[in-house]
Amino acid sequence: MNGSPSLRNRINTVVRDIPRSGIRDFFDIVTTMKDVISLGIGEPDFDTPWHVREATVHAIERGATHYSSNLGYIELRRALSKYVAQNFGAEYNPDNEVLVTVGVSEALDLALRALINAGDEVLYHEPCYVSYRATILFAGGVPLAVETKAENGFRLTRAMLEAKCTPKTKVLMLNFPNNPTGAIMSRQDLEDIAKFAVEKDLIVITDEIYAELTYDMPHTSIVSIPGLRDRTIFLHGFSKAWAMTGYRLGYACGPAELIEAMMKIHQYTMLCASSLAQKAAVEALARKTDVDTMIDEYRRRRNFIASSFADMGLECHRPLGAFYAFPSVAKFKLPAKDFALKFLHEERVALVPGTAFGECGEGFVRCAYATNLDNIKEAMVRLKRFIGKL
Amino acid sequence: MDELLKLLQGNALETRENLAKQLNLPTAEVAKRIADYEKAGVIRGYQAILNEDKLDLDTVTAVIEVKVTPQREGGFNHIAERISKFPEVRSAYLMSGAYDLLLFVEGRNLREVAAFVSERLSPLDGVVSTSTHFMLKTYKRLGVLMHHESSDERLSITP
Repeated sequence: MNGSPSLRNRINTVVRDIPRSGIRDFFDIVTTMKDVISLGIGEPDFDTPWHVREATVHAIERGATHYSSNLGYIELRRALSKYVAQNFGAEYNPDNEVLVTVGVSEALDLALRALINAGDEVLYHEPCYVSYRATILFAGGVPLAVETKAENGFRLTRAMLEAKCTPKTKVLMLNFPNNPTGAIMSRQDLEDIAKFAVEKDLIVITDEIYAELTYDMPHTSIVSIPGLRDRTIFLHGFSKAWAMTGYRLGYACGPAELIEAMMKIHQYTMLCASSLAQKAAVEALARKTDVDTMIDEYRRRRNFIASSFADMGLECHRPLGAFYAFPSVAKFKLPAKDFALKFLHEERVALVPGTAFGECGEGFVRCAYATNLDNIKEAMVRLKRFIGKL
Repeated sequence: MDELLKLLQGNALETRENLAKQLNLPTAEVAKRIADYEKAGVIRGYQAILNEDKLDLDTVTAVIEVKVTPQREGGFNHIAERISKFPEVRSAYLMSGAYDLLLFVEGRNLREVAAFVSERLSPLDGVVSTSTHFMLKTYKRLGVLMHHESSDERLSITP
């Protein structure tokens, strides 16, 4: 669509100049094709646990269909505060330090808008979730991308941050376990980052949406490191571990002043998160057995996909969390996007080119193992055949 | 429970190689463990889970509650094992509560099941009384939904 230039000129320049998500382009191609096995889906293939869906139906029957308080139902905030204290090692007062949002995406947007003055710099690591750079720009911030590398297991180090940080840097954004690399950070890794954040007086925003999904060692949150809780906004939600993506339910925990600032924007732009989704979330937190079953299944798929890559000689750092593997396809001398397109056309398997997650994703493709094992098996057969011909 | 057994319960036809890949084990180790389970009688067999409602079988399944008198030696085992040996009895369980044994009995029609109950089950020494219920429709068996066709509502590419 060309559109009229006069309308185009009226669009806010920041919005106008941000390119469409690379994933969108790829999506448009895939949807025109039939019988494609997709390893390109960044959401669980599992159904939302039945007890959660049942609770949603019950919530409708009971008439929980009105606004909740801006912060979210207090019963949910209490349950969240308890869950975060037990699993992430930081205490938050449910009365004024927990905000329920429409997914982590809204929470991230609120956090950045609440903190950023025009020109403030935000450090974040790439490859990363597709929205980070755009969300920083929408908030008027200056994005400073830090490249993480396969040889480091895509972990973030203090040295990488030092190289980019300036006196104008105000915020550090983290996302581990990471989409798209499957990287996680050990406690020791995080202690170095924490020290850096304190020295440079940075506010940390940590997106821990994949926290439950680690396979070889438990997740550590930066909020559990002494001194960090009071300079960190912790973001989490129900989309991944509970397979509740369409519920759009996330939350932010942080010091009261910051949560209050985020709430100001939230109350004028969103009012509150869906009341039905909030009721469902209370039920989700009450029982985690289905989540544990899903984690075991993801672990087996991770094992399967990692050993399939090894069998076919495809280099891949071991994915330790989330549900993504991020193998290198650099040796085939094709740009990642061309590799993914050729593979899609010849073998009808969709992967996402690493460049959708930042320029440094060149040479990699993201394979999501949030799809059933039969699909993964067939995709691996096709991948082996495909790279054998390259 | 051993994760290997859980996987076999989900799909007994899975190859040893694929099981090994999922469990991060050598294939030979998986093959050996399965052989050991079979030898030890932990794995008693492999069966397909059928949706019999789709087969127009004209058979009936009865669920029969049986009260029995336990014997001085062997308690309930002796009578339960005797009853279990009838080929019509597909499953048999010792239960707590108002009755002792729960049987799943298959027959070609109502009359055949009735004959089994009146001519072979009830006359057994130790059987005090029976109560027979006929199954009408199967919604779920062995953890598998019978009428649910799975569909993927997800978009084909998402961030």
